[in-house]
Amino acid sequence: MHLPDAEQLLADLAEKMRPDVTKNTVLVGIYTGGVWLAKRLCQTLELTLPLGSLDVSFYRDDFGQIGLHHQVKPSSIPFEVEGRHIILIDDVLYTGRTIRAAINELFDYGRPASVRLAALVDRGGRELPIAANYVGATIVLLEDKMLALEQSNSGKLSLSLYDKISPG
Amino acid sequence: MNNNLQLNKNGELQHLLTTEGLPASILLNILDTAESFVGVPERDIKKVPLLRGKSIFNLFFEPSTRTRTTFEIAAKRLSADVVNLNIAASSQSKGETLLDTVNNLSAMHADMFIVRHSQSGAAHLIARHVRPEIHVINAGDGRHAHPTQALLDMFTIRRYKCDFRNLRVAIVGDILHSRVARSQIHALTTLGVPEVRVISPKTLLPTKVERLGVHVYHDMAQGLKDVDVLLMLRLQNERMLGARLPSAEEYFKHYGLTQEKLARAKHDAIVMHPGPMNRGIEIDSAVADGKQSVILPQVTFGIAVRMAVMTILAGN
Repeated sequence: MHLPDAEQLLADLAEKMRPDVTKNTVLVGIYTGGVWLAKRLCQTLELTLPLGSLDVSFYRDDFGQIGLHHQVKPSSIPFEVEGRHIILIDDVLYTGRTIRAAINELFDYGRPASVRLAALVDRGGRELPIAANYVGATIVLLEDKMLALEQSNSGKLSLSLYDKISPG
Repeated sequence: MNNNLQLNKNGELQHLLTTEGLPASILLNILDTAESFVGVPERDIKKVPLLRGKSIFNLFFEPSTRTRTTFEIAAKRLSADVVNLNIAASSQSKGETLLDTVNNLSAMHADMFIVRHSQSGAAHLIARHVRPEIHVINAGDGRHAHPTQALLDMFTIRRYKCDFRNLRVAIVGDILHSRVARSQIHALTTLGVPEVRVISPKTLLPTKVERLGVHVYHDMAQGLKDVDVLLMLRLQNERMLGARLPSAEEYFKHYGLTQEKLARAKHDAIVMHPGPMNRGIEIDSAVADGKQSVILPQVTFGIAVRMAVMTILAGN
């Protein structure tokens, strides 16, 4: 199947966000793809405040089933969360469980004034009542597919589609 | 002792009993995971919900303040429920009493036991006995092992020195009675430290210690020359059965770490101590409180490392 160009989606996403962005807006990327995107969006939107990054592993709802399934990276929120307008950045919005975890983690740093969500791709399949405020593209995919954002050595972003490894 | 007891059938950590025989990948995974926990106490809410609803029992058959407290704080920062039991071990029928205690606590739906005991092998005994869904952490058994102390030492070393593979590390003091030293030696050699030295009077050195891959020194001036990391050990008065030393003053004169002796090490060498310190016996106050000392950061990192160990065990 033909996948859209991630760089073009990123440019579109930035333009959708631009009207709502002020110099007080902060971006928080969700590892790993969301952090790449947040860095690029920060440049494009000329934001000066430092960006945050979240690894939501400690807040996931499947720890009891699968434990820590990959190497955790330290979360970093280098600004006061209290009273701040925050935009969470993720690459692929799917079940909504990652976003639930990210919101919970964010609130452990303080009480933000607002939290919005920007995703490069919305692939449907939500299992929680969560919606993005800004979306680069909506792509409907079958359940056995995995859509991943990748970054080349030069920093160029691209989308790839994989078959999920079936359990057992 | 059976080290495979520590690993499940997938080669993942099931219990943490000793650093001996653990692959570098498992040690490094613990250190890397701990990095993510260092920032947790700086948040408004100083905890993460990982072990919510889990019951963790601190089983301390031997007195301890720091280790017990840091395990308790670590468990609470993971949102677990912690129960502290300070049990004065009876000198007779210890094995039976120990397993009875464990059976009773298992019947209360314990998920994890943290065990400190004066007898070597106590944590192994419990690990062999419990149901497979229960995890055991050795918080110090006799002279045998104290793996979380060694891991927090490794974490501290990596924080200040970055790479294990070009370091010269000296362990100084009562090696003979020290479970900390044994666990440190196994961890350091597994992580690729090329030169591990032990500096100790002959009477406080186990026989054939060289077999662990360490270089033995009896003289501080020689032993400390050009080292990057000094791991001081506590002179364990309570374990000093029989007269192995003429006096504490005599020990300080030869093996107590002073600024003068420290000057033999590299200028940026770090000084560590597992606590509690005997000031004026194994370490001079000027060094303990000096700019090369990282003794208090060790305590802070100890919480993050224990959080990492509990999390990894609970997830396997």
